Amino acid sequence: MEFLFGRLTLGALPHEWFTIGGTVFMTLAMIGVVAFLTRMKLWKWLWHDWLTSIDPKKIGIMYFIVAALMLVRGGLDAGMIWLQQVMGASSGGYLSAQHFQEIFTAHGVIMVFFVTMGFLFGFMNYIIPLQIGARDLASPFLNTLGFWLYVAGAILINMFFVFGGEFAAAGWLSIAPLSGLEYSPGVGMDYWIWSLQISGIGTTLGGINFIMTILKMRAPGMTLMRMPIFTWASLCSMVMVVIVFPLLTATVALLNLDRLLGMHFFTTTAGGNAMMYTNLIWMWGHPEVYILMIPALGVYSEVVATFSGKRLAGYTSTVIALNAIAIISLFVWLHHFFTMGSGANVNAVFGISTMIIAIPTAVQLFNWVFTMRKGRIRFDTPMLWFLGFVFTFSVGGMTGVLLAVPPADFQLHNSLFLVAHFHTMVIGGALFGIFAGFSYWFPKFTGIKLNERLGKYAFWFWIIGFWVSFGPLYILGLMGAPRRLERYDSVTGWQPLFVVSLIGFGIICIGTAFLVAQIIVSIKNRKKYADLTGDPWDGRTLEWSTSSPPPFYNFAVIPEVKNRDAFWEMKKEGKRIKSKYEDFEMPKGTATGIYIAIFAFFFGFAMIWHIFWLAIACALGIVAFIIFRTFYENTEYEMKAAEVEKVERMR
Amino acid sequence: MHKEESKEKVFLGFWIYMMTDLLMFAVLFATYAVLKNSTYGGITIREIFDPPFVLVETLILLTSSFVCGLALLFAKAMDQKKTIYFLAATALLGVAFLGMEIYEFSHLLSEGNSYTQSAFLSAFFTLLSFHGFHILVGTVWITILLVHIAMRGLLPSNIRKIRLLGIFWHFLDVVWIFIFTIVYLLGGIL
Repeated sequence: MEFLFGRLTLGALPHEWFTIGGTVFMTLAMIGVVAFLTRMKLWKWLWHDWLTSIDPKKIGIMYFIVAALMLVRGGLDAGMIWLQQVMGASSGGYLSAQHFQEIFTAHGVIMVFFVTMGFLFGFMNYIIPLQIGARDLASPFLNTLGFWLYVAGAILINMFFVFGGEFAAAGWLSIAPLSGLEYSPGVGMDYWIWSLQISGIGTTLGGINFIMTILKMRAPGMTLMRMPIFTWASLCSMVMVVIVFPLLTATVALLNLDRLLGMHFFTTTAGGNAMMYTNLIWMWGHPEVYILMIPALGVYSEVVATFSGKRLAGYTSTVIALNAIAIISLFVWLHHFFTMGSGANVNAVFGISTMIIAIPTAVQLFNWVFTMRKGRIRFDTPMLWFLGFVFTFSVGGMTGVLLAVPPADFQLHNSLFLVAHFHTMVIGGALFGIFAGFSYWFPKFTGIKLNERLGKYAFWFWIIGFWVSFGPLYILGLMGAPRRLERYDSVTGWQPLFVVSLIGFGIICIGTAFLVAQIIVSIKNRKKYADLTGDPWDGRTLEWSTSSPPPFYNFAVIPEVKNRDAFWEMKKEGKRIKSKYEDFEMPKGTATGIYIAIFAFFFGFAMIWHIFWLAIACALGIVAFIIFRTFYENTEYEMKAAEVEKVERMR
Repeated sequence: MHKEESKEKVFLGFWIYMMTDLLMFAVLFATYAVLKNSTYGGITIREIFDPPFVLVETLILLTSSFVCGLALLFAKAMDQKKTIYFLAATALLGVAFLGMEIYEFSHLLSEGNSYTQSAFLSAFFTLLSFHGFHILVGTVWITILLVHIAMRGLLPSNIRKIRLLGIFWHFLDVVWIFIFTIVYLLGGIL
């Protein structure tokens, strides 16, 4: 039995309220989806048109769907944390300490890896080829493989509801030695390890692919310094991905060797060095938050230029600033553990390098402000999200500089002040950027404009809710409330502020409901909100020159670029893109990525439960599929000019 | 012809992949450097280091790199037979290297110097077997490539694959030189 099932026993099946609830919910949802697809006879459509598609636009939308589902999951976690903290005065509350720790770990991992990364990869898939005038990505196969590995990781991280019933409880970075076998003997930590490994490899592949695409596939005339800022930002972000994600893969692999084979990299015995783990994981972890942040900065640059009706002020300095942020952020990781005792001089170096990042960030901020100056600003929803970001991000940036001062950090670290700071950055920066980008490009994705009124409600509820919920956390932090605390004495006087914070969360939930309602209302009245021009915002970059949604080949004729803001220049000159069609090649759809990801999923599952025969079988399966793929030469087909003309006539 | 040109972007992607691989090696080198004196009373690198043995390993890898380069030259000259011979020789030398490494490991394990004994041994085994794993991947790759060439001849796509393999194989050689220097030579002397 142990050979067949490893550590997996009947006792691992759900038996607590939250695991039973999670299992029942996931099963019902799956049955519902399967029944719906069968009833509507959509299986074939789903498989051919979506799952096996290599069209980056479709993969982008699939990224959005998975990321949105994970956002709900991470949001539920957040609600549970907040509720426990309100009830936690005088040792009350409904969660055990272990369960509370598992929830904040899962919340962090899911929000960073599967929500923010998912949305950003979705945008990059959809928008980058359109912005650089390409028909496809450099390697469509790597793209679908990366996406499906991301999905495999996302499913694996939710499997602990069904098998095992426990998740990692050592924080989102699983700092050693707490994450070692001695202190985390269960399978929860292994779920963390393998879902990160699988989705992390997918991210690395995506990074390589996007660098190749941006450097090699640009339309004629689009030099690097004519690229739209979102593409530039994505390039910076993806370069950081290929620099730091290998560090994550290697570090987590070493942790796994400690746990699986009894090695001593990060243990407290036999000469292991736990502080090395902290260094290695933050060498990835700090750049990671900039990987999330930089593409969002790119989105804002697009939005502010479009809605001010002006060219972005200081294009060159913005590009330099983006690159500077990307490079400097590789050299600041130690500010996450000033208190570890590296010495005053080391702390000073990293404190100063952290503060230096504020300079290029401020350069961008001023460029945005100068773009708005004397512009004809239209206050549509994307612009509102941008303005909300400017305010929120400035406050977050200032608290960040405060935390970068080592003596202040000694006082504030591990307090709710820190929690409030980084939520100001990732919500006010990355998430608002995702919302801005979503409302900006939604007409491009669907050909439908979003309902403005509901969008504005959503914005106001979100930003007010954000400050009502995180403002008190700053104060609580200054009052000395530590992070990751589920129970406290009521004489501390913290409870009223936690209550205010929970009310803020409620306001955020209303804002989210408005976002959902906005999408539903707009799609329901799609005739009324239809945008037939393909250019609803009077856009400046090439993605607006196509129809909405664009044909699968993006451009019937590859545009020739003569300037920055290529589409704006074309409109000004009044030139339509010439319509002399030629034959070109398009990649065929493939299911190999899905099969490899399925094997990767079961490989991860088998390694978590020590079912080694299954792990070996899955590894061999992956190798077999890769070898099989090398024998499959015809991955492209010819698109005839006549066919293109037919599609274009239907516009 | 245009299609073949567009495939050249594969090389950029492959070089970036090589750099990511190198960064993983960098982590392992760094951990080794930190942990190399954490022997916990067990065996040290001085006692492991057997100069003639490691020198033979090094020479085998260097020769394999040379042979791999010859294979690419013959492939460009469209000499299919010699290309196959030299690729096969590269793979055989890789297997010979792996055999020596496995012998070294089993020798250490049989004397009770397992990777669970000390942090140093954990780092030592991990760094070396990560390199060995790459050699294994390389030999499997060569085998598949030989099947491709035998089936379809020296198509442009196959020559491209030999060039990619060459990058991979020489890269492993370079990593080995660093292992030879940092792990063995510096460990044996200092």
